[in-house]
Amino acid sequence: MAADPLPTSHALPSPFSTSTTPLTLIAQGAEALLYHTTFLSPTTPCALKIRPAKPWRHPTLDKRLTRQRILAEARVLVKCLREGVAVPAVLGLDWETGWMAMQWIDGGSVKEAVRGRDVSVNGADGVLKGLMRRIGRAVGGLHAAGVVHGDLTTSNMMLRPIAGETADRLRGEIVLIDFGLATQTVQEEDRAVDLYVLERAFGSTHPREEGTFPEVLEGYREVFKGAKGTLRRLEEVRMRGRKKSMVG
Amino acid sequence: MPIAIGLEGSANKLGVGIILHPASTPPSPHDSVHSSSSSQTKPTSPPVHILSNIRHTFVSPPGTGFLPKDTATHHRRWVVRLVKEAMKQANVRIEDIDCVCYTKGPGMGAPLNAVAIAARTITQLWDLALVGVNHCVGHIEMGRAITGADNPVVLYVSGGNTQVIAYSAQRYRIFGEALDIAVGNCLDRFARVLNISNDPAPGYNIEQLAKGGKCLLELPYAVKGMDVSFSGILARVEEMGRKLPQPGTTEPVEPWVDPDTGAAITSADLCFTLQETVFAMLVEITERAMAHVGASQVLIVGGVGCNERLQDMMGLMAKERGGSVYATDERFCIDNGIMIAHAGLLAWGKGFKTSLEDSGTTQRFRTDEVLIDWRD
Repeated sequence: MAADPLPTSHALPSPFSTSTTPLTLIAQGAEALLYHTTFLSPTTPCALKIRPAKPWRHPTLDKRLTRQRILAEARVLVKCLREGVAVPAVLGLDWETGWMAMQWIDGGSVKEAVRGRDVSVNGADGVLKGLMRRIGRAVGGLHAAGVVHGDLTTSNMMLRPIAGETADRLRGEIVLIDFGLATQTVQEEDRAVDLYVLERAFGSTHPREEGTFPEVLEGYREVFKGAKGTLRRLEEVRMRGRKKSMVG
Repeated sequence: MPIAIGLEGSANKLGVGIILHPASTPPSPHDSVHSSSSSQTKPTSPPVHILSNIRHTFVSPPGTGFLPKDTATHHRRWVVRLVKEAMKQANVRIEDIDCVCYTKGPGMGAPLNAVAIAARTITQLWDLALVGVNHCVGHIEMGRAITGADNPVVLYVSGGNTQVIAYSAQRYRIFGEALDIAVGNCLDRFARVLNISNDPAPGYNIEQLAKGGKCLLELPYAVKGMDVSFSGILARVEEMGRKLPQPGTTEPVEPWVDPDTGAAITSADLCFTLQETVFAMLVEITERAMAHVGASQVLIVGGVGCNERLQDMMGLMAKERGGSVYATDERFCIDNGIMIAHAGLLAWGKGFKTSLEDSGTTQRFRTDEVLIDWRD
């Protein structure tokens, strides 16, 4: 999210324009802004995703895209929840003005947890491997539900502290977030690419822990019945890279 | 002061250009990673001197595209004339020239080879070094030289290529691209369905027609992460094109009208629809790349970069991000020989040469395969 300009005073959509809870901006991407605020009651925290209008697009096209993308993301989240995959619940949305309110997930991202882990503690490696397994299981569960994330990175995985346990950053429940590029698909190729994106992202973000990635694939195998074919396909995807040229 | 002659013919444009690089060029501020503070100041390196830049285009009749064999014939027919004319305009002697640059690829096989043969012949006749150049790198380097853009994200869009590129560690890295056909190819092939003239270029005529379009119809919008896909859009818009009433035929029972205004759908509306859709897709993937690398400037190169609507859209997006868009005019956007001379001379200045044995051409030549050792 580096170096994104501040939103040029986007008028907040209602009901948030009259909300008494302040909105705290937590992330800015090319597509949307993410705020921490409350929804419907002052005690219900939420993550508010706003897709601002893009004035450089034709307004008809812009409205159509915003609507399609908000609805697609909401549908994917609802499907995941129905299939038992840990994702934020959808609290409400408005496809006309372009916002979606989701359940707020406590805790930090997996990226922060891995970056900030204490390597000096006894058994630190075992704890890390355990986390990798759980990541693999989470992604396996996602793929088993017929959903491909589209942007798997350790920034898009939260570690929600389990109630009653001590605050050990590496032992929380993995909750996947940011389904803006997700698709509901049954294609093996898409699943393999999903894993490949995670593999590459993990390697570049956590180079020292790159060797533990096979644990992710182990966890994946444990949970997802179609893992064998997908992992074979992953080998092909790895070898492909970008070798296209399109003179038509 | 190094001078190069460049020959380009990877598609239907045959270009010859002669360029001079002023000697002892101090390192340009826009080559350093740490030059963010100097983005507002003028570059201190002296500009390149364009001594001549001429081009002749092979135009095929409306409703058709240009075929490799005919294009190669055209290039063979015109290359000697263009080289002589370019030398005359530049007012240089053979002894003044340091190297002969030519397009090694990517592009269409037969036309590329026709020009490569000319280049090889000239180097042997004039006893000069030969430099093979990547066509995409030629576009990028010419765009940087002409506009003086700091370290921009580059959108390279033409009939044969569609890539979003950012420079990193001596490579032009491809962040996003078209997965099937290039955007220019999509536009050119659609022009055939409407029998739009290919003179001066089908894309240019689509642009003019689109200015009269008002109704935005619905086309598939295929952005996949950082990549785009155009073949589905082409199929759909060609289908729409065939729905238009043909002159001299009877009107269909149910005329095709704009649901909001009731006005009949015209070819202008289709051109407008196609442009708005594909350009929005291009601006979107460019924005994604900019967010990813933290850039605010965009440079558009390639033939489709001449399109003013695309330049406007990109400019609006860049402005929202506190940046700006850089574009060149048709002398440099459209395939030309001077960009080949320029990129070739940059490489030659670092000691790069192409031996006769290696002086073939290749239809596939990835932009990131070239070592950009003239930048740090």
